[in-house]
Amino acid sequence: MKAPPFQYHRPQTREELGALLARLDNAKILAGGQSLMPMMNLRVIAPDHLIDINRVANLAGIREAVDGIEIGAMTRQADVLASDLVKSRLPLLTRALEHVGHIQTRARGTIGGSCCHLDPSAEQPAMCAALDAEFVVVGPGGRRVIPAGEWFEGLLQSALGEQEFLEVIRFKPWADGHGYGFAEYARRHGDFAIAGAAALLEAGRDGRITLAALLSFGVEAAPKRLSEAERTLIGQHVDSLNIKPVIAAASALDAMEDVHVTADYRRHLAGVLIRRALNEACTTMRRPS
Amino acid sequence: MSGRFFGAAVTRLEDARLLAGKGQYVDDIDLPGMLHAAFVRASFAHGRIRSIDTGDALAMPGVVAIYTMADFADIAHGPMPPMAPHPLLKTPITYHPLADTEIRHVGEAIAIVLADNRANAEDAAAAVTLDIEYLPAVSDAALACEANSPKTHSQHASNIAATMKAGFGDCAGVFAKADHVLTEHFDIHRGGCHSMECRGVVANIDLLTDALTISTSSQSPYMVRRHLAAYLKRDENDIRVMTPDVGGGFGPKANVYAEEFAVTLAVIKSRRPVKWIEDRQEHFVATTQQRGQTWTLDVAFDNDGRMRAIRGRCIHDNGAYAPYGLILPATALASFPGPYALEALDLSIDVVLTNLVPTSPVRGACRPNVAFLLERLADRVARHLGMDRQEVRRRSFVRADQMPYTTGIKARDGSPISYDSGDYVGALNLVLDKIDATNFEARRNETKRRGKLRGLGIASCVEDTGLGPFEGASVRVTPAGKVIIATGASSQGQGHRTAFAQIAADALGVELEDVTVETADTAKFPLGISTIASRIAVTAGSSVQLAAHKVRAKAIAFASHQLEVGEHDLELDGGAVHVKGIPDMKIKLSEIARTLAGNTGVPLPGDMEPDLAATAYFNSNALTFAYGANACEVEVDPETGDVSVVRYVVVHDCGRLINPLIVDGQIRGGVVHGIGNALFERMIYDEEGQPLTTTYGDYLLPMAFEMPRIEIHHMETPSPRNPIGVKGAGEGGTIPAAACVISAVEDALGPDGPFIALHPISPQHVVTWLDGN
Repeated sequence: MKAPPFQYHRPQTREELGALLARLDNAKILAGGQSLMPMMNLRVIAPDHLIDINRVANLAGIREAVDGIEIGAMTRQADVLASDLVKSRLPLLTRALEHVGHIQTRARGTIGGSCCHLDPSAEQPAMCAALDAEFVVVGPGGRRVIPAGEWFEGLLQSALGEQEFLEVIRFKPWADGHGYGFAEYARRHGDFAIAGAAALLEAGRDGRITLAALLSFGVEAAPKRLSEAERTLIGQHVDSLNIKPVIAAASALDAMEDVHVTADYRRHLAGVLIRRALNEACTTMRRPS
Repeated sequence: MSGRFFGAAVTRLEDARLLAGKGQYVDDIDLPGMLHAAFVRASFAHGRIRSIDTGDALAMPGVVAIYTMADFADIAHGPMPPMAPHPLLKTPITYHPLADTEIRHVGEAIAIVLADNRANAEDAAAAVTLDIEYLPAVSDAALACEANSPKTHSQHASNIAATMKAGFGDCAGVFAKADHVLTEHFDIHRGGCHSMECRGVVANIDLLTDALTISTSSQSPYMVRRHLAAYLKRDENDIRVMTPDVGGGFGPKANVYAEEFAVTLAVIKSRRPVKWIEDRQEHFVATTQQRGQTWTLDVAFDNDGRMRAIRGRCIHDNGAYAPYGLILPATALASFPGPYALEALDLSIDVVLTNLVPTSPVRGACRPNVAFLLERLADRVARHLGMDRQEVRRRSFVRADQMPYTTGIKARDGSPISYDSGDYVGALNLVLDKIDATNFEARRNETKRRGKLRGLGIASCVEDTGLGPFEGASVRVTPAGKVIIATGASSQGQGHRTAFAQIAADALGVELEDVTVETADTAKFPLGISTIASRIAVTAGSSVQLAAHKVRAKAIAFASHQLEVGEHDLELDGGAVHVKGIPDMKIKLSEIARTLAGNTGVPLPGDMEPDLAATAYFNSNALTFAYGANACEVEVDPETGDVSVVRYVVVHDCGRLINPLIVDGQIRGGVVHGIGNALFERMIYDEEGQPLTTTYGDYLLPMAFEMPRIEIHHMETPSPRNPIGVKGAGEGGTIPAAACVISAVEDALGPDGPFIALHPISPQHVVTWLDGN
């Protein structure tokens, strides 16, 4: 389990990084390495060039911007999990991060790395989808902003171009007191989940839903917003939600199957978990008084 | 037996060194000029080698040599010697050190690459090209039994390597008279073992004498030496085999492996030291696996719940080779009838060759399978009769007043198996008391209010331990007054050093820190068998006791002579022999040792034999039987199918405890092993024999998060069959654990749920069962 030969590069600046990406063929960016290194050692992938961006200045950090929260691509998962700012403004992300790997992997793993790798069961890109995050990427043509809805192109496939790197992820927090819920099922704590779900809710003073986000992940090849089901919630009272259309939507997904799990079981879980996430969102919501 | 240390929960002497990262494992060995090996392994399950082209690979950076079996022709040839020949195996079914012509499972070693580092060796291994005639493979043991199945070994007429039988009593007669008969089919799925340290070998050759030195991560260094000597036609004396620190064995490392031979042959050929460290991917395809069996069993029982007879047949998935002979299926047969006092038994096992990694004993060695079968049948009988599960067992178990109890089954040497001591019903009653079974229904209802299902599981077992023929030990006091124990019993982390030091320190009146234990170096102790079958405390522990008492007697004889005091008036304490009641009238052990080490021209006092030392071997001629009763509680999430073990209580009797901390550690680890077997670990192959679960993302080992606190209670029934009254403790935690967990899951699913006759179970199983399918 030793990686085949590759050339190692360690840029210090965005400019150096950009130049390397423009120049090198079959290159891979090394962020936290929690997926990339095992894949290389297992010889599943064999890049000719490995560009280690751990020394590139100013790619990590969490800050409050004018219109939301920005998390640098190289921010370690442990730091996102520990952030009070994230916990107060993006509580769903904090909630989900508790399920990401283990203390050791979170210490190295980065939010940007996970969002670029795009394992279908990964919690962080899934929460980006639930929160309608924006991915700011830098390439030969300069910066461009990719909305979450366009980020996921398929299994392990993001919209990031070969000569681009992810710089920052922008989140627009929901209103104070919004409801958030998260549920996943994995055989063991820290494993990639068989399936998962997230829900976000806002309601008016009358308790009626004004805004909803519902998401299943680990079920299809990429996280899936249940947009139709979201619309059915608008206007309903939070204490008497009709959740049948929500469960039906999750249970109708085009679920993957693998050596352990059938598509039927995954669909079944998707229904169970979206209900649990939605219930939790109702519980965590603080009504405006 | 009592002493200051025997029976005391002293912390392990090994740990300070190991926890500080100062352990010395095979991979820590670094010899000047050492080459690193990687194997070219089969990526297909069955085929015939037409040719091997190493040309491109040899030209790659850092590559020194690449050998195939043909390259060793001037040193040795043919298949490896069998470790445990069995009369039912007409010809041994063993590997060649490197594949000869036919490849029979994914992962079989075909060529060995030597390079300046492992990465270069792996690059070159990938560049070796093979011309293969692919042959059809069979990966399912039941299909392999069919006449038209592909043959795992193309020269064999059948995949059934042997049909083994065991039984006693008039089975047909008892079945005819019993009140009830039930038939059940069981499926126990194949799993791995997965010691934390994979295998590894470093071998070297003395360029002047050609003597070989081999360090290997093994449970059986003396077997490695013996078989290697036989294969190379050398004297054992020319081969030194050592086991440095070993990071877990659990059974598979008891085999003598093809890689150990291939590395040694490569060393002889290249005349360079060579290191091979198995990586985790190799471990999944080249280290033996465990337990795949299907059984069809009939049980005969009466209205009162008494189980009277069992008959049936097993299909045993052996894998492609039988390096360890038939020891695994034989152990399955010898593990019946467990704690049950059956009147009759009639069993047969078809040992079936498949194009999969071979199986061999893993912690419990099919005893967990048999515990699963017997305990599941007992639950099944209870369910059929609408009777309490515990009551069926109380009425069916061997009673304490029947000890010693001859089961009717024969041991490997043909002698009748006889349980020496124990109280199986007492253990069951105790564990039910400890888990508070009386109030279980209240806990079940509380759990139900939280939307979950709670179940109580019970399972018991009997375990033969202390397998013969022997281990030995030497005990020597150095002129500095330190005690050195040497034994052939290899250690894989069990705490042997601590346990042996406890025994010797008591006998010689010294402190634990004064005792050093050297294990498993063929240059330091002449003979050894294997660390397997929960046998070391019995065999090596007893040897240490016997040898230490010889040394003690010699020290007393010496002091008696010097102090002119009768031997009965002397005792050992504080590193000295002194007169009872007069601590100042003493001779230090160091002084005795110094004197007996000799001075030029000075005769030894009393014409004693030189050296304050002795060697002893304990012949373990009769097995001694440990036993246990387990109870656990699970919570089932009916929506996801998740099973969580929330309580686990063990009552265990392994005779006298040398060190309760070490025994508890063995049991706790063993239970975790069994929970993994019940709920997580599933080695999956496709129809062509391709393994599909070869990473820890796909092969689920039990992890700390999912494990309950494990509560342990000891009963201590001393074994009458060895001088220290112990029984083995290495496997008793594992043996009933899977049965116990499955029993609890079945109880949680309720009277309308299924009879669960397989493991591991998955959440998907549970959801399907709750759907009524």
